[in-house]
Amino acid sequence: MGVDNVDIRVMNGSGIKKGFLDGIPIALGYWPVAMAYGLLAKSVGLNFFECTTMSVMVFAGASQFMTLNLIASGVGMGEIAAAVFLVNLRHLLMSLSLSPKVLAQHRGIRALLSFGITDETFAVASVKEKYLSSGYLGALELISYSSWVLGSAAGFAAGAFLPETLQESMGIALYAMFIGLLVPLSKKSRKVLFIGVLAGILNGILGLFISKGWAVIAAAILAALMVPGTGEGGENHDE
Amino acid sequence: MMNKYLLFFIMGLLTYIPRALPLVVLPGAKMAPFLKRFLNNIPYAVLGALIFPGVLYSAGEVYFGIIGGLVAVLLAFFELNLLVVVAGSIGAVYFAKLLLL
Repeated sequence: MGVDNVDIRVMNGSGIKKGFLDGIPIALGYWPVAMAYGLLAKSVGLNFFECTTMSVMVFAGASQFMTLNLIASGVGMGEIAAAVFLVNLRHLLMSLSLSPKVLAQHRGIRALLSFGITDETFAVASVKEKYLSSGYLGALELISYSSWVLGSAAGFAAGAFLPETLQESMGIALYAMFIGLLVPLSKKSRKVLFIGVLAGILNGILGLFISKGWAVIAAAILAALMVPGTGEGGENHDE
Repeated sequence: MMNKYLLFFIMGLLTYIPRALPLVVLPGAKMAPFLKRFLNNIPYAVLGALIFPGVLYSAGEVYFGIIGGLVAVLLAFFELNLLVVVAGSIGAVYFAKLLLL
């Protein structure tokens, strides 16, 4: 694999600053979502510590919103756990895709870095960098995680003070970030554009029949299978 | 009354396992070229699926999602910084809401 050719010592020491910088859009995107989570947690009767503990331990927006819903409707622990597992299975795919790019070989470090793999950190990490130093990935994940946890707490404590129009407007933030990642790549490679559009359409169709978590997984797998490779080593230009 | 902290701990585990399994258990796994090509496609496919159709419902009414999405596409097309894309999109939705609501 290409990793053998990279000077791992150099790569591992650097990248922290770039990781933080690349993480800022994620952190900004998480903040309003986390605040919304905090607000909702309060409204379904969680206390402050329960609200923030869930964000600290789970760090997964979709699962946490779903859990609030399920708690509010009195669903039992077993079902909540099963639903959470299903929704998070998509991370298996993302982690599998990131794994060869992660330079750290020590299992402890890899175990630590695994904790911060979300839709957003995965998307930024896999699109922005060819190989992932521990400093880069760690910093990217840390700033995102901090925003998520602090935003949850802030939402619980003070979210009600933000004007509602602005809160609602910020819902677009994460999507704008995804678009900001995909569009420049699509300009360079028709294939990327085709895969992205295909996955979106498939997701729209599948979402009518199966849950959102499953629809994203299935649409991504199908689109990635239906289009031949985008070249070796994760390079984005046409072959 | 269920123990919520126990629930959160279990949720944490069930979230962590799919994230960690490939990275920790299969770090050096050799991949068939087919699998490698497939995995190379995954980020773009996931991005596409995450954007659509979710973006439509992300800012209240569908047309606000469309406005925000189109502004983001336009800014991203000119390869502006990601922060500019995000801020511009939020701003566009905010002004659209001020004007239209």
